[in-house]
Amino acid sequence: MTDLNKLTIAAARDALRKGDVTSAELTEACLTRVEGAGALNAFVHDTSDLARTQAKAADERIKGGDAPAMCGIPLGIKDLFCTKGVESQAASGILDGFKPEYESTVTQNLFDAGAVMLGKLNMDEFAMGSSNETSVYGYAVNPWKVDGRELTPGGSSGGSASAVAADLCLAATGTDTGGSIRQPAAFTGITGIKPTYGRCSRWGIVAFASSLDQAGPMTKDVRDAAIMLEAMCGHDPKDSTSADIPVPDFEAMLTGDIKGKVIGIPKEYRMDGMPEEIEKLWADGTAMLKDAGAEIRDISLPHTKYALPAYYVIAPAEASSNLARYDGVRYGHRAKLEQGDGITEMYEKTRAEGFGHEVQRRIMVGTYVLSAGFYDAYYNRARKVRTLIKRDFEQVFDQGVDAILTPATPSAAFGLGEMVDADPVQMYLNDVFTVTVNLAGLPGISVPAGLDKQGLPLGLQLIGRPWEEGDLLNTAYALEQAAGFVAKPEKWW
Amino acid sequence: MSIDKETAAKVAKLARIRVEDDALPALAEEFNTILGFIEQLGEVDVEGVEPMTSVTPMRLKRREDQVTEGGMPEKVLSNAPDAREGFFAVPKVVE
Repeated sequence: MTDLNKLTIAAARDALRKGDVTSAELTEACLTRVEGAGALNAFVHDTSDLARTQAKAADERIKGGDAPAMCGIPLGIKDLFCTKGVESQAASGILDGFKPEYESTVTQNLFDAGAVMLGKLNMDEFAMGSSNETSVYGYAVNPWKVDGRELTPGGSSGGSASAVAADLCLAATGTDTGGSIRQPAAFTGITGIKPTYGRCSRWGIVAFASSLDQAGPMTKDVRDAAIMLEAMCGHDPKDSTSADIPVPDFEAMLTGDIKGKVIGIPKEYRMDGMPEEIEKLWADGTAMLKDAGAEIRDISLPHTKYALPAYYVIAPAEASSNLARYDGVRYGHRAKLEQGDGITEMYEKTRAEGFGHEVQRRIMVGTYVLSAGFYDAYYNRARKVRTLIKRDFEQVFDQGVDAILTPATPSAAFGLGEMVDADPVQMYLNDVFTVTVNLAGLPGISVPAGLDKQGLPLGLQLIGRPWEEGDLLNTAYALEQAAGFVAKPEKWW
Repeated sequence: MSIDKETAAKVAKLARIRVEDDALPALAEEFNTILGFIEQLGEVDVEGVEPMTSVTPMRLKRREDQVTEGGMPEKVLSNAPDAREGFFAVPKVVE
C-alpha cells in the first residue's frame, strides 16, 4: 500500500483491522510527510516520540481484536488543547514554554480510543483570527496555491486545515468559536463540523469565549467526521456545560437517504456584493439536495444581520474575562522588571509583551463593553440580540425544517498579508455565515462542494437542530455524494 | 460615541496592558471602528427580551461540596516563572 498518509480514517481503520497495515507504518508515513512540509508551517510542536509509542501500543491493542475505530489513527492536535507534558501555547507568546500537567478531556478521549498524536498544530493566537496570521509561530500556509501566491488556510484552526488538506495526518482536532473549524475547512477543501454546544467537553481547552467555544473534528470526508466526532464527545463532569446525554453511533446514521427532509434556504444569507460563484455554488447545492429527495423551503432568519456585531461584543467580553488569568504569576511569560516596578507594572508589561496585537485589541474591547456605564448598552443588549438570533432558528425548526443550507464563507481563500491594511471589521466579515451557529449553540458542518474559477475550493454549510449531529451528518453525506468533490492541491511544499 | 485618547488609556489600564502614549491615538481609532460596527445593535427592538445566560436550556449539575483533587503543589508550581519554597513568588505587594 502506498501513500498511507492519504488514507481516510475509515479506510485506515479497515486496513488496520484486516492486518494489511500497522499503526506504526501509518504513523511513520505521516511523520515523513510532516517533516517534508515545513513550508506549510502547520505543525509547530513535534511529538514524534510520543506518536511512535502510541502507535506501538495501538498495534498491540488492534491485535487483541477489540480496538475502537480511532485506534492507531495518526492525528494532528490544535495547539489550543492542553496535552500533558507537551507544549500547549494557544499560539501565544504569553504561554511560552507552558507544558500542562494534565490532558484535555477531548484529547484524553481520543487517546483512550487509541489515537496517535503526531504533533501540535498552528492556529491564530488564542483562536482569535480568520487567517492564521495572528499566530506567534508565524502563518500556516494553505496547500492550495494560485499563481504562486501563498494563501491563508483560514483561521483560527488554520494549521489543522492545512495539515489535513496536505495529507500530513489523517485528521485533526479543531475548535470553533465563530467559524474557526468551518471557515478553514472551506478554504482548504476538507470537512469540518462544530457540534452542538455541550457535546464536547471544554475542559483543558484554552478558553477564548466560553459560551461559544466548541471542539470538533477536521477530516477528509463526512464519514471520518462522524467517526472522529463520536470519539471526541461525551459527558464530562469537569465541564459544567457538558451535556449528559448519550452519544449515538454517528457513522451508522450515514445512509445518504434524505428523502422527505426539509432543507431551509435563509434569504438573509444572500448578502449584497456576494460573489457570483458563491451564489452559484449555493444554488447548485440546493439543487443537489432537491434531487436527492429533500424538500427545499425558503425561510427567514430576520436577525442574521446582527449576529456579527453581537458576536463582537460577547466574544471579546468573555475573552477579557478568560484572559485575565495570564498575569505572569502562575505560568508562561513574565516580563523583566525594572528597579521599583511593583505588581501592577509586572501585569502590564507581561501582558503587553506576551499578547499579540489582535488579542490585546479584543481584550480591551471586551474590557470596554463590560465597563461601568456601558455594560447595559453593549453587553446586555448583545445578549438580548443573541436570544433573538436563537429564537429565529427555533421558529424555523418548529415549522419542520430539518437543516439549513448556506455558503460556508463569503469568498475563497485570500492571500496571506492581503488583509494587513484592512480595518479589523473587514477581517471579521469572514465569519458572517458561521457565527450565527455559535450564538445559537447549534451544530454546523462545512462540506467542500466545488472549485471557483481560480481553482480554489469552496464549501457549503449545513446547520442542524440541537443534538441532531447524526441527522446533520447524514444530510452532509448526501450533499458530499452529490457534489463529488475530489480535487486535491498539487504538492509544491 | 467616540473614544478619545484618554478613554483608550483608561481601558488599557483596566485591562492591565501597557500601551505607550504614542500608540494611543491609533488604538482609539481602532476602537471607534469596532464600536461603530457594534452600534448597529441599537437598531434592534429588544423590549421585553431576556438576555441569554445559557445557550442550551439545562440545569447546572450539582455535586457534593468536597475536595476531589489536590495535594500536588509541585505540579501546580511546575510552570511558574518564579516559585520559591512551595509558593508563587511576585514583586512586593505590601510596603
